[in-house]
Amino acid sequence: MTRMSPLPKLILRRLAIGVLTLLIVSAIIFWAIELLPGDIATEVLGQSATAETLAAFRDRFGLNDPAPVRYLHWLGGALTGDLGLSMANQRPIAQLLGDRAFNTFILAAYAALIAVPLAVGLGIVAALYRGSWLDRFISSSTLAVISFPEYFVAYILILLFAVHLQWFPSLAAVTPGMGLAQRLYVTFLPALTMVLIVMAHMMRMTRAAIVNLLALPYVEMAHLKGIRRRRVIAVHALPNAVAPIVTVIALNLAYLIVGVVLVEVVFVYPGLGQLLVDSVAKRDITVVQAACLIFAATYILLNLAADIIGIVSNPRLLHPR
Amino acid sequence: MDRLLDIRDLRIEAHAADGWHEIVKGVDLTVARGEIVGLIGESGAGKSTLGLAAMGYVKAGLRIAGGSIRFDGQELVGAPESALRSLRGRRIAYVAQSSAAAFNPAWRLIDQHCEGPVKHGVMPRAQAQDEAVKLYREMRLPDPGQIGFRYPHQVSGGQLQRAMTAMAMACRPDLIIFDEPTTALDVTTQIEVLAAIRDAVRDHDTAAIYITHDLAVVAQMADRVKVLLKGSEVEEAPTREMLARPREDYTRSLWAVREFRPSPRGPIPDEKPILSVENVSASYGALQVLKDVSFSVPRGRTVAVVGESGSGKSTTARVIMGLLAPTRGGVVFEGQPLVAHSRQRPRDLQRRVQMIHQMADTALNPWHRVRDVIGRPLEFFLGLRGKAKEARIHELLAEIELEPAQFIGRLPGELSGGQKQRLCIARALAANPDFIICDEVTSALDQLVAEGILRLLDRLQRDKGLSYLFITHDLATVRSIADEVVVMQKGEVVEQGPKDRMFTPPHHPYTELLLSSVPEMDPDWLTRLLEQRRAGAAGGQAGADARGAAA
Amino acid sequence: MPRHLTLLRTAPLSAKLALALIAVYAVTALFAPWLAPFPESEIVGPKYLPWAAPHWLGTDALGRDVLSRLIHGARNTVGIALATTVLAFLLGAATGLLAATVGGWFDTIASRVVDVLMAIPSLIFALLILTITGTSVIALVLVIAVLDSTRVFRLSRAVAQGILTMDYIEVARMRGEGLGWIVRREVLPNAAAPLIAEFGLRFCFVFLFISALSFLGLGLQPPTADWGSMVRDSAKLISFANFSSWQAATFGLAPLLPAGAIAILTVAVNMVVDWVLHVSSGLRD
Repeated sequence: MTRMSPLPKLILRRLAIGVLTLLIVSAIIFWAIELLPGDIATEVLGQSATAETLAAFRDRFGLNDPAPVRYLHWLGGALTGDLGLSMANQRPIAQLLGDRAFNTFILAAYAALIAVPLAVGLGIVAALYRGSWLDRFISSSTLAVISFPEYFVAYILILLFAVHLQWFPSLAAVTPGMGLAQRLYVTFLPALTMVLIVMAHMMRMTRAAIVNLLALPYVEMAHLKGIRRRRVIAVHALPNAVAPIVTVIALNLAYLIVGVVLVEVVFVYPGLGQLLVDSVAKRDITVVQAACLIFAATYILLNLAADIIGIVSNPRLLHPR
Repeated sequence: MDRLLDIRDLRIEAHAADGWHEIVKGVDLTVARGEIVGLIGESGAGKSTLGLAAMGYVKAGLRIAGGSIRFDGQELVGAPESALRSLRGRRIAYVAQSSAAAFNPAWRLIDQHCEGPVKHGVMPRAQAQDEAVKLYREMRLPDPGQIGFRYPHQVSGGQLQRAMTAMAMACRPDLIIFDEPTTALDVTTQIEVLAAIRDAVRDHDTAAIYITHDLAVVAQMADRVKVLLKGSEVEEAPTREMLARPREDYTRSLWAVREFRPSPRGPIPDEKPILSVENVSASYGALQVLKDVSFSVPRGRTVAVVGESGSGKSTTARVIMGLLAPTRGGVVFEGQPLVAHSRQRPRDLQRRVQMIHQMADTALNPWHRVRDVIGRPLEFFLGLRGKAKEARIHELLAEIELEPAQFIGRLPGELSGGQKQRLCIARALAANPDFIICDEVTSALDQLVAEGILRLLDRLQRDKGLSYLFITHDLATVRSIADEVVVMQKGEVVEQGPKDRMFTPPHHPYTELLLSSVPEMDPDWLTRLLEQRRAGAAGGQAGADARGAAA
Repeated sequence: MPRHLTLLRTAPLSAKLALALIAVYAVTALFAPWLAPFPESEIVGPKYLPWAAPHWLGTDALGRDVLSRLIHGARNTVGIALATTVLAFLLGAATGLLAATVGGWFDTIASRVVDVLMAIPSLIFALLILTITGTSVIALVLVIAVLDSTRVFRLSRAVAQGILTMDYIEVARMRGEGLGWIVRREVLPNAAAPLIAEFGLRFCFVFLFISALSFLGLGLQPPTADWGSMVRDSAKLISFANFSSWQAATFGLAPLLPAGAIAILTVAVNMVVDWVLHVSSGLRD
């Protein structure tokens, strides 16, 4: 109690590690271009390109500067929202990405808003009523869903809800001016696919975390003090479950952000993932870099958030000796 | 007699892969109002299960298969959960062995203390809080007004155990179950907790069930003692009667280890000590754990290093074995200084100095069969192969009293605790050592098994002229087997000398504290000790006299 | 080994069923050229034939026999996934066990490299690298093996560290045993169960990962028969599925066949992994 709390120091340390990781990852993404065999300009423009067009291309993409200079330039640009030009069609990447990134995050948020409360709730219920039919149903059905490829789940949903019942469209064709209700309707199937996949993981992990917690001696002690079961769970078990559950959520959100790539392709949804896959096929490296940077940064930030919440919710660190 | 608790023919079963097995086999137990009943037995006796059953509670995977549990006239077997809940914490309370695990880390002590009385509607929060401070004072906790506002990890183990007893008393229950409340504590801490528990229980005229494996502890606490063995009752009698005249052989054997004495000693063959530790200091990182430690081990003798947790006794062993390099000083073996790192020692030196660990469970690789465990050092140090190796393995197994044909192919998982420790001894013997470090080799074992191990070690010493460094916290063991004693505290040697001198006053104050804190069979020991300590400076001398009288 | 046979006999029905399924996949993969009625990538009839003899599962958009392609797909997809997993395992387990046992700077450097590699989602990383290397089987296998070995490294290092705190390791060290003996005889037998279970999980992951890349058109390239790309090729057909006639129904279900083949294998492997973990946790008690 006399010493200062180590909490701010720990959080700062974790933040610093997060920033460092982001920097290293951005460097790796940037240096990928250096690994391209041969000359980039020739690679992109083809063998038939004239010396002038090659020179103009190099000039335009700053390829004549040394790599560290270009990295700093690229990083500075990325931080201010300028992601450079697409190598394939020479349009500004920020423009290409803007709407698509928005679409992707909307879809991920849509899925998360349904999946997180549902999965955590069901996971807790399954843990509390361990061995019940509900628990058995949840654990066997989730094992199956985890094992399925995303597109398998997607096509089954399409077959059922789009082709057979015709309740929802099979293509998630959103347009920029679309209203929210319409958008939610159109993107229901891709969202549901992600909900199913992510929920299975999240439920299993939440259940495991709570089952561990319920076996702890202090939870048993609370029962032996004659405390009501509901209160034991609400007061003694759940507050200590915050850190593990938050970790579970963050891990799954990170997973969701990546899983979105496949789901977007299945439903032909105009998002970042779709663009990334197309650009990989076209080998449009600057666009790939930008998209990878956005995905990686989101992923790193989510993990960072989980760790910090874990630190903050640890009573031993909150109340040092 | 006014029966508060009346358990009749209780049967409890445990679930295993092949169905249900009885672990409490028709036990009766009665507790009168204000009476303290001791439950004693070795591990697997079912004493904790029986204690919890007194609250109508069984752990997950167990079930009550028959019998009745009546508390104050009310049947608990088959009672609805709500009825049991209103009893638990309010009229029957529980004190667990590990208070560090039984307190919720996220809540302050006083919040956890007041939860019971407030939720049971016994008293409002403000009153509960005042009562808590009173109980903390009764339990002789430091700073009783403030200590409740700390979190569990901010309080020491002994204090936490007393806070848990205070919490159990929060609703003024009629009965408290104490489940080995001092087993995890050091002896000097144990005294304070024992005294606090006993006084509080007596002052409030609370009945109690006191569960322990330590007969000397139960002698201080209980009015009546029941001995359990593998889920069945062995015998039951008032404490003094049982201590004076145990009816059953099993009960008598429970304190056999305290009566074990080593075989008579011949003269020391060589005056030069086989090993000496010279001015050793060592640290883990910035933390200094050993300060200028010196002692020596005479050839063919046993030197016991005694101390509480954190005294540096195990670290001393690590330095001798070359697992931790000292920052200053060194170890001399057979007149030659030992290299600090075991890796750089010649193989013959590694062979001559062996060590036996406390936990045979973790000292044996679960995937190595008995043959491999003993065979490897034979091969590694002595180059034995094939038939010669096999023959030697048989000899060694016979030496540790395990039937070779029966045991040679077994995995450690197929051995009992005592058999595992014997196997560890055989592994050390396989190297033909001259010097063996025994690190708490008996402390994880039940008394009877521990005594067998001590006998085996004594016989081996006599037959082979081995020298032992015996590390232990248990003074009863020291008294049985040591020739010389080294007392350590906080990384320093506070006193050393021949056993007879060490157990006769005058002592160093810490040795005195340590010696006087070891519970004795005499039911009046604790009372007398506390009086003496209160009496102050004169206590040291009187304490020793008291011990002489009790022994 | 009779011990393993008794273990197998006590296995729950789900595990037995899963093992049988895995055996069917293995046999199919091994003997694909003999089992398949038609060649892998030859046009053998008109497009989009319904499910009827001799094309039991019809023909695809180019007129290739779907059943034959599924059978060859087992060999290609499962084979490559298995090779990749083995490679990832050799790399990850070797470095992980070594890092835990040796410690020091080797452990520090290896752990930091793995931290950074794991900070990037594998799919994203794989897409980045494949942009540069182009889509070749070798690049695919190497990239995924390296990315996946980070997970194996973490697990084997953690498992080994747990084992290394045991007293029996100290006993071996005090005896003067060398590094090789400690890793092979003391650590490895105890790490086997979690590593086997991890192998199963990693295989599932790699297998789904390669199929996903193929599904995105970035994995195995045509005309090689591969389940992921078969889903991709027939994906559009699903919108025409209707259950009015046998022909229409089988037509629309085309993408579900390879996707189902992938799903069933991963479910089976997961079930076996569950069982292995269950048995090994029981052995410790």
